Amino acid sequence: MTILQKIDAMKTKVLVFSTVFLVIVLSAMSALKAKIGTSEYVPLDTTKTAVVEDSSYRTMMQVLTHERCLNCHPNDNVPKQGDDSNPHNFGMSRGTNDKGFAATKCATCHQKENNLYSGVPGAPHWALAPKSMAWEGLSAAEIATVMLDKTTNGNRSHEDLIHHLTEDELVLWAFDPGVDNEGKPRTKPPVSEESYKAAVKKWFANGALIPKE
Amino acid sequence: MKISFEINGASRTVEIEDQHTPLLWVVRDRLNLKGTKFGCGKAACGACTLHVDGEAVRSCSYPVKFAEGKQIITIEGLGDEKNPHPVQQAWIEEIVPQCGYCQPGFMMATAALLNKVPNPTDADIDQNIFNVCRCATYYRMRKAIHRAVEIQETNKPKTEA
Repeated sequence: MTILQKIDAMKTKVLVFSTVFLVIVLSAMSALKAKIGTSEYVPLDTTKTAVVEDSSYRTMMQVLTHERCLNCHPNDNVPKQGDDSNPHNFGMSRGTNDKGFAATKCATCHQKENNLYSGVPGAPHWALAPKSMAWEGLSAAEIATVMLDKTTNGNRSHEDLIHHLTEDELVLWAFDPGVDNEGKPRTKPPVSEESYKAAVKKWFANGALIPKE
Repeated sequence: MKISFEINGASRTVEIEDQHTPLLWVVRDRLNLKGTKFGCGKAACGACTLHVDGEAVRSCSYPVKFAEGKQIITIEGLGDEKNPHPVQQAWIEEIVPQCGYCQPGFMMATAALLNKVPNPTDADIDQNIFNVCRCATYYRMRKAIHRAVEIQETNKPKTEA
């Protein structure tokens, strides 16, 4: 083979290898692109997370997950009592209308305000939250979800919820829970009533978004 | 302050300094009605049970200020020797009391139950009456409650056919 023929042969080989290499690279790129397109990757929904500011959410949930609130949002028909959330004394139960039994009701012992002599707690319309609002055993995010759901929250709008959470006397009893039968003050949530109310209003003003847990 | 209410069918007004005074003490000490008893002072025993507007209330934990304008019935107003309430009559027939201290509270709780559930089952009785009796007369009480139902049925005015 002459030198010119050898050079031609070499050029041909280079051309062939380059073509093959290019095909391989292009194929790989195509496959990679396809894989990305069908992988588990889910584009970030910036409308849901971009404005999640969770400090007001956290402040609010510190109160709503406190025993003082959860004791009357049981996941069964039994009200709970105390910091250890023990079942209510005397076999007391929800009854047919969340207010106890036919003759012995919540109101047989619980009046519209705390009784500092007997240690029996009280607030207006003392009763259990409806079964649809069972919070016991739920995470903070689950509680927030149930709370916002009109099918489980008594058909309340955001405005109704703000009113309920910041003005209902039974809800606010958490911050003025009185004393027990030994005269010892009951524990209160770890934030002040003022901070709690401000947090509730701010969270709803920011769209009531629930951060991922 | 003055607080006015009706008690055992009579209108009464009491003048009281501390409006949070338990109704129990107003009934016993100011109105001299000793049938309603103090047992625990924390709404746990039921000895202080009376009726306020037809509902059973534990009067040791009921501030007198809430009695304004209400109708109150104590054991003295439930019935008397000449005209006993079916519950009282049944209690006598079944010889329920031992020492008797808790009995007015039990009778008031039972009368409230029969007003709401005229023929209670044992489960209804267990759920609605959880006063405590140190003499353990519970089994005689249960018999008396069922007997009171029979007496109440017998006493019902017969309707024309």
